[in-house]
Amino acid sequence: MSEHENKIHDPKTYWLDDQKNVKKIIWVLFVVCGLLFVADAFYEKHPHFAVEAWFGFYALYGFFMCVGLVLIAKVMRVFLMRDEEYYDKDV
Amino acid sequence: MSSFNPGLILIIGALPVALLPHALRRVYLLVLPLIGLFVVHNLTPGTVVTYETLGLTLELLRVDRLAMVWGYIFNIAAFLAMLFAFHERDTMQQVSALIYAGAAIAAVFAGDLVTLFVYWELTAISSVFLIWAARTERAYKTGMRYLLIQVGSGVILLAGVLLWYNDTGSIQFGHIGIETLAGKLILIAFGIKCAFPLLHNWLQDAYPEATVTGTVVLSAFTTKLAVYALARGYAGTEMLIYIGATMTAFPIFYAVIENDLRRVLAYSLNNQLGFMVVGIGIGTELSLNGTASHAFSHILYKALLFMSMGAVLYRTGTCKGSELGGLYKSMPFTTGFCIIGAASISAFPLFSGFVSKSMILLAVAEDHRWFVWGTLLFASAGVFHHSGIKIPYFAFFAHDSGHRVKEAPWNMLLAMAISSFLCIFIGVYPQMLFDILPYPVVFEPYTSAHVINQLQLLLFSALAFTVLMLYKIYPPELKSTNLDSDWIYRKFMPCVMQFAGKWIVRFDRGVRSETLKVLDDIIALIEGQHGTKSMMSRSMHAGTMALIVLSVLLVFLVMMMI
Repeated sequence: MSEHENKIHDPKTYWLDDQKNVKKIIWVLFVVCGLLFVADAFYEKHPHFAVEAWFGFYALYGFFMCVGLVLIAKVMRVFLMRDEEYYDKDV
Repeated sequence: MSSFNPGLILIIGALPVALLPHALRRVYLLVLPLIGLFVVHNLTPGTVVTYETLGLTLELLRVDRLAMVWGYIFNIAAFLAMLFAFHERDTMQQVSALIYAGAAIAAVFAGDLVTLFVYWELTAISSVFLIWAARTERAYKTGMRYLLIQVGSGVILLAGVLLWYNDTGSIQFGHIGIETLAGKLILIAFGIKCAFPLLHNWLQDAYPEATVTGTVVLSAFTTKLAVYALARGYAGTEMLIYIGATMTAFPIFYAVIENDLRRVLAYSLNNQLGFMVVGIGIGTELSLNGTASHAFSHILYKALLFMSMGAVLYRTGTCKGSELGGLYKSMPFTTGFCIIGAASISAFPLFSGFVSKSMILLAVAEDHRWFVWGTLLFASAGVFHHSGIKIPYFAFFAHDSGHRVKEAPWNMLLAMAISSFLCIFIGVYPQMLFDILPYPVVFEPYTSAHVINQLQLLLFSALAFTVLMLYKIYPPELKSTNLDSDWIYRKFMPCVMQFAGKWIVRFDRGVRSETLKVLDDIIALIEGQHGTKSMMSRSMHAGTMALIVLSVLLVFLVMMMI
């Protein structure tokens, strides 16, 4: 698309361009996750289901279900992925 | 106060749009939904306006608290969409968007099934122009598929309504239930528009092909109108719990591998509808409040997300994850608004999704349905994964694609800013939303357990994303098409038809040639007896003929004498 040819050279560097800063963000995420995991010991639980009373249930559930989601989706790609013009071709 | 259906303000208001000069028209388009909002606000629950015709009692206007919620949010959504499209000069889109929004509002305030059917079809017919307005071959074909399915839903609805009238003698739109055939047909009609599993694919097919502004309009009305219709007709239908749970879970797998970011949003729209459908299936006051409030906040954050992706498409010309990245450098405000929308759909505390979705989850837990609850929890983590992280990450961060564009136009930014404000406002101060819900609200979203649990769930899914990214396990964005249920009618059936066609041609040819052969044989046989020089057509001399006749006469004479 010629009207949208807008890739120009941009000499400016941004804060996130530095890999060190990206690492910092990742570390912050790790620390926050660690704190949240520990936080499970410091509030009163009102579980509807027994699993909710397990230590760190929500954290572990969130983590492992997401990993599972991505892995299954990757396998789905094997069966479901076609090229972009798949439907435009004649049968 | 008012005695007419407030949807008519937009429908009738759309008629003179084409005649107005551009500058005036833009303002006019913004004012109409505000008038609509004002009129809805001044409606009194309990008002009914009827009209007798052909022995039927049509309820042209029925006001109750359930309809009011949708009346409010549909007008707000129409206003935001018009503001987002303020720069647009395409009259066709403006007129069709107004009629479409008006029809959806009118359908919500329709008290009988026949009036509902009329507006139901009007939403289908008016909305397809938002897809065709892209004016590409691809959009034309997609629009055709969309129209067929949408009108099909209307036809099934009509069949159901006729049967319902035959069974009950009434066309009032109240609880329907799935016990009768009529109830089942009407459920299918609603289910198509609500994108039930396997009836869903028109949504992911059509919405990403519409125009930049068209998708924002489309995302608000059709599916939420269906949610409203289900809530009125099928509250407490157990089957809906399982249908809804399926809807929350399976689109997110597709969302993970989809490359077109507007299509990712279409999949997550489908997933959010699932939460609402579960709420309808549970059917308690808490869960129906949850469905209504989730529809309300969902329309806002989904519109916001589609606006941010629309702005990206408008400026860069693409919405594909594989071609984007690093846009935070040139579109910082759009990035910020997109993140607010992402936080809202992911139900972060202090954002709108948190207060509305948790009502549905609580209702499921109170109903002791552990499997459904687990599925919804998984879907909540998943939606953060693909809408909350994937959309902003691949569009605005990830590796720099090199696009250096202007920030979105001011009207788009303003529309996104207002939507963002509302998302946060509902999250921080939910009481205002709770006050307009159909039932009294006895619910406190901000308990320490709930806030901590939600943060754990979300941040650990973010952790999962990060870890998968760091180890390069996360599937990269690739140019691709992923097969979904539309494969059945876009590829499988055409193939079957072609295959069948080939065999029919072959069979037909065989039958014809065999028949011709038999005919040839018969002709040859006849020719053998009647053809030139054959016995039956041999020519004889006149003398011989006279001799034969004479002989016959002779024989005759002899016979007479005996």
